[in-house]
Amino acid sequence: MNWDVVVENLRLYAQGAGLTIWLTLLSLSAAFLLALPLAFLRNSRSRFLRRSVIAYTTVFRGTPLLVQLFLVYFGLAQFELLRGSFLWPWLSSPLVCALLVFVLNSGAYTTEIFAGGLRTIPKGEIEAAQAYGFTPLRAALRIFIPGMLSRSLPLYGNEMIMLMHATSLASTVTLMEITGVARNITLNYYIQLEPYVAAALIYLALTAILVAAVQLAERRFANFLRLDH
Amino acid sequence: MFAAFAWTILAAGSLTLLLALGALVLASVLGLALAYGKLSRRRWLMRLVQGFTFVIRGIPDLVLMLLVFYSLPAAINQFLEWTGSDLWVEFPPFWAGMFTLGVIFSAYMCETFKSALQNIPRGQLEAAQAFGLHPRRIFWRITLPQLARLALPGFTNNWLVLVKATALVSLLGLQDVMFRAKGAAEATGQPFTYYLIAGGFYLAATLVSTFALLALARRLEQTNQAGRT
Repeated sequence: MNWDVVVENLRLYAQGAGLTIWLTLLSLSAAFLLALPLAFLRNSRSRFLRRSVIAYTTVFRGTPLLVQLFLVYFGLAQFELLRGSFLWPWLSSPLVCALLVFVLNSGAYTTEIFAGGLRTIPKGEIEAAQAYGFTPLRAALRIFIPGMLSRSLPLYGNEMIMLMHATSLASTVTLMEITGVARNITLNYYIQLEPYVAAALIYLALTAILVAAVQLAERRFANFLRLDH
Repeated sequence: MFAAFAWTILAAGSLTLLLALGALVLASVLGLALAYGKLSRRRWLMRLVQGFTFVIRGIPDLVLMLLVFYSLPAAINQFLEWTGSDLWVEFPPFWAGMFTLGVIFSAYMCETFKSALQNIPRGQLEAAQAFGLHPRRIFWRITLPQLARLALPGFTNNWLVLVKATALVSLLGLQDVMFRAKGAAEATGQPFTYYLIAGGFYLAATLVSTFALLALARRLEQTNQAGRT
């Protein structure tokens, strides 16, 4: 066995894990901010707004993340106009492309999760807010958003894990997160077993931490929704 | 030239769909067995299945595929070498891909089937037992029809995720839609066009599946209400 190769490269793995966590947290925060207004528009009374959001979520949830990533990272270079523009230094960077795609992709899933959460808020709570004369902003901040978030927590927790795993695709556009590090070590040392097993163990540990955090949040913020207490 | 390249991409759709369908069958059969395992009164069996689903769902699909495609044969060959045998194992990529996807999605199917099994009304099973029906007959006549109806939403979701996950096999050299799109993109220098065609294929596949399974769900609901099952 060649476990010493893994031990020798622990620093690289730590850097890889750092990039994975950074990619995950940054994409999650941006996707959250994107999904918050879109979830309201998804349930809007205006048919045009509703349909536009549905079109966005359908396209991003209906195609593989890998296709989206390649479309942006390799595909955009096809357009002369874009290559000459001031945006190109950003759009040709694998990090920016990966982040952009993760945010748009996760934003689509999160929008649908939050929109579903909004639909399950009891009518009574909304009527109570109206009866108290809440302004729409106040109702959103006090009733809709907290109700939506607590009700979407289990599904949103799942989405967080899915996104963390999805960041492994960043290795296909040369980014050195956990999977990229493992891939590089297999190529440099001609060993196929230990580097990938080590990567899998790191992901497993990160997932376990995330699952525990979500459960803690559920107990703290969504306990009132549980039937069995 | 465009038509020829577009055609090679779409023609590879048969491989993508065959891979997905094969994996679906494996995932469903294995997933149902795992669901029974998870509901088992035997503690060790329950724990074993729990551990299995946690590990599979805790590691990104891409890393699991790399493990099966590269690490597993390496481990087997190391072992064979150690025993002094001249045998050399290599997995055929198509079957390895189908097997990996099937095993990954069996963990997701397990969760879907488990909650469906728990939601089958107790009285129906008790009535069947009281009538002295053979356990096998109870399974085919009572459990399975109920399971099909209750598990259909989760099953649909798993299938949609599975179709998109097949795109990952292109990274391992299998000539699916995504692999051909990459080939066309590199040959013509028009990556956006050809990745867009690949994206269109996946979008069409997921949309058709969604509508077909929705129609099936409606049908199952109707037959159930008519009391024919």
